[in-house]
Amino acid sequence: MRKLSRRKLIAAGLTTAAGVSAVGVAAKLAQEYGLVPPDHGGLYGPGETLTYASLRLLTRHSLAREFSRSQISPRPFPNEIAPLSDEFKRHQAAKFVDWRLTVDGLVDRPASFSVEQLKSYPSNSQITETVCEEGWSYIAEWHGVPLRYILNLVGARPEAKYVVYFSIEPDWWESIDMADATHPQTFITYGMNGDALPVGNGGPLRMKLPRQLGYKSVKFLRHLTITDDLKKFGKGLGSVSPETGYAWFAGI
Amino acid sequence: MSTLESAQLRLESSPTSPAADVLRPASPRHSLLVRISHWVTTVCFFALLVTGAEIIASHPRFYWGETGNVLTEPLFKIPIPSSRNLVPTGYGYVLPDQNGWSRALHFQAAWVLVLTGLLYVFSGIIGGHFGTDLLPKKADLSWRGFAGVIAHHLRFQKSDEEDAWSYNVLQRLTYLFVIFVLFPLVIWTGLAMSPSFDSAVPATVNLLGGRQSARTLHFFVSIALVLFLLVHVVMVWRGGFKSRMRAMITGNAPAGKESK
Repeated sequence: MRKLSRRKLIAAGLTTAAGVSAVGVAAKLAQEYGLVPPDHGGLYGPGETLTYASLRLLTRHSLAREFSRSQISPRPFPNEIAPLSDEFKRHQAAKFVDWRLTVDGLVDRPASFSVEQLKSYPSNSQITETVCEEGWSYIAEWHGVPLRYILNLVGARPEAKYVVYFSIEPDWWESIDMADATHPQTFITYGMNGDALPVGNGGPLRMKLPRQLGYKSVKFLRHLTITDDLKKFGKGLGSVSPETGYAWFAGI
Repeated sequence: MSTLESAQLRLESSPTSPAADVLRPASPRHSLLVRISHWVTTVCFFALLVTGAEIIASHPRFYWGETGNVLTEPLFKIPIPSSRNLVPTGYGYVLPDQNGWSRALHFQAAWVLVLTGLLYVFSGIIGGHFGTDLLPKKADLSWRGFAGVIAHHLRFQKSDEEDAWSYNVLQRLTYLFVIFVLFPLVIWTGLAMSPSFDSAVPATVNLLGGRQSARTLHFFVSIALVLFLLVHVVMVWRGGFKSRMRAMITGNAPAGKESK
């Protein structure tokens, strides 16, 4: 054994103390500025947290790349979906006239919207790339109403931290922080390439976030709830994705 | 911490026989920081390689340009079965989906690798590791210098004692290429696949010619890194596996011949 000199011991002690308090201060600041993702626990928690925190700091207001009409993919690839429920098929047969998007939680005026109502609001469109975690991608033009327009209509309260959104299909729900929820390119979409949104691509309503991977853009959107606490939903990991091994934040 | 440690090692590793004194410099063959970053990189690289292969299995097709999917013509395909049944592979079965943990481990290992790499590069510039150990000597940067090293390799000559203590010109250029070209490229092409990062710095992906080009380049740079790894391991083997491993673990390179 080599002898520890007093100087070395003091230096090591100080370094450890500084290291521990630096991590502590960083964790506190990260928590305060909303840089800790709901799935920060577990083996891959450190990686998820570093990714979310750094991209949240870097991309709070940045816009996803938009493309020209000539770059739109001739055939927008509809990814595979589980067999549709009977409830969905009934709506499909009725051409979605009774489809409602309900919005509740930390809002002043809970509401529900028909597809026609959503279409009556100022329409927006974006030509963006849909990117799958598997590696493939396509470009399409999406028509819809920005989520922040709806949040203003229902009067989302200042203490709101997340928007949780659900498909009509079981076990299909996600959530996003307010930076993403109020981002100008976060749309509730009802159309694609000039037509109604095909069922294969998520019609009648689909959430669209071009700055995250496709799995955050939940298809067959039926319910939004605004909350300050994700622990109340599912296993408390923020969405169904972490429950099946995928990251809650899908910006990478 | 590292300076204290290496000072300690320098004292401890002072040779006992005066004859060896001539051959051995006072400092360890590899500094503590080089040794730690080498093995952290090794672990991360294997994690990235395995998980990268798993991620490719979910879509073993590569494209060029901005977009690509099963409805478009691929640049090339990898003849393996896929973990998704929408990909036409010609195999009659689908592999189990391993993308969840693969992606999580891929990015976590990437974080550790990048942070370790930054520490290594900055300390290497400040501490003179690149200047003394990796920048080729002027005299070696001649056709004669290259020819000498290549002829030495082609004749499968045993490396002499001095080679255990320094790198020849080919080694130096290869290491510099891996550290300053291949690793930065693999990080760049990887970042270019992040839709969020691209929103902040669109040039990341635009300069590469689009997202699918970035993915394809990421694959090729990874292959180049794997080729480097193979040659690296073969060379370590030929140079004397035990002594080279000892040098990278303990910092000491033996002066005498290796006993096999």
